[in-house]
Amino acid sequence: MSEIAVNELVRHGGLDGLADDWSADKQTYHVPWGKAMMWIFLVSDTFIFTCFLTSYLHVRLTTTEPWPVQSEIFALSFGGGDPIPLILIAIMTFILISSSGTMALAVNFGYRGDKVKTFWLMCATAAFGASFVSMQVFEWSKLILEEGVRPWGNPYGAPQFGAVFFMITGFHGAHVTVGVIYLLWVAFRVKRGYYDEKGYEIVEIAGLYWHFVDLVWVFIFAFFYLL
Amino acid sequence: MSSATGQQHPLGIYYKIWTLLFVLSACSYAVDFFNVQGGMRWFLVLLFMFLKAGFIIAIFMHVFWERLALAFTILGPPTVLLLLIAFMAIEGNYISGTRYLYMGHDPNAVALSPSDLHGAEHEEEEEH
Repeated sequence: MSEIAVNELVRHGGLDGLADDWSADKQTYHVPWGKAMMWIFLVSDTFIFTCFLTSYLHVRLTTTEPWPVQSEIFALSFGGGDPIPLILIAIMTFILISSSGTMALAVNFGYRGDKVKTFWLMCATAAFGASFVSMQVFEWSKLILEEGVRPWGNPYGAPQFGAVFFMITGFHGAHVTVGVIYLLWVAFRVKRGYYDEKGYEIVEIAGLYWHFVDLVWVFIFAFFYLL
Repeated sequence: MSSATGQQHPLGIYYKIWTLLFVLSACSYAVDFFNVQGGMRWFLVLLFMFLKAGFIIAIFMHVFWERLALAFTILGPPTVLLLLIAFMAIEGNYISGTRYLYMGHDPNAVALSPSDLHGAEHEEEEEH
């Protein structure tokens, strides 16, 4: 390496200098680093979901075909009775709210050091999440196989309906699936006593992710299914 | 403050908020079930949505108890998105207006429902 290049490195500090510059500052967030990183990830995820919902707003406004009536498409009849509007979506909403409650309790019992309750509450949360995903699979297969909805068209009206539906609910469902795996992973580590010395912030961090998934569903439920 | 020892709060508040979220979800669903339409539908759906979202963020995600440095980092950047939404709404309205005006589509066209389509399917079967 020439002397000039070495001097440049000293002046810039290289990678060590980069790390120094960022870490020499005063700590901004007085929370465990994992929690701050989870929040930053969630903020970026907010932007992704908002982009999806905003593009949905835009195609729905600009399409000249009539937008399909969600409350009729997502109606379901039990035992040959009259179809109840949006009933499956309502059940999915209640399941996700239930899972949010068990998750909040798991975080609380985690900080109390009650490993058994934390483990079972996290398992319950994951079970709610898994049932949510399986209902979504049922909903997708009904729309694809029986109703003939495709990302490029559907029998009811505006073809963009399918694109928006598969994109938004698919992306949300993927988040729920990842969340179920993440929760089970953390739950079994809690049970094994992996966090006895590290502390139980991890349960709160996993909880933040799970509540976020529920939060996104609140917006999807309102904008895509109800309005 | 509370962050040093983790977010530790009485259990009661979680049960109360949990119940409230159930009630708000039921209210949202009731709007559709009782077929409320027009401006009232928008008002009620958005009201229940914002209340639900607010309680989840504030209580379940503990933002209410976090220091402002973190709370503003979380809540600040997404407010910029309101601008994006507003621009896209204005732009979208303009585009749809010009499409109806110059392309001759019917602005009052009604979408088909599953019952229409399945009815048509049975008619075809009878013809065969």
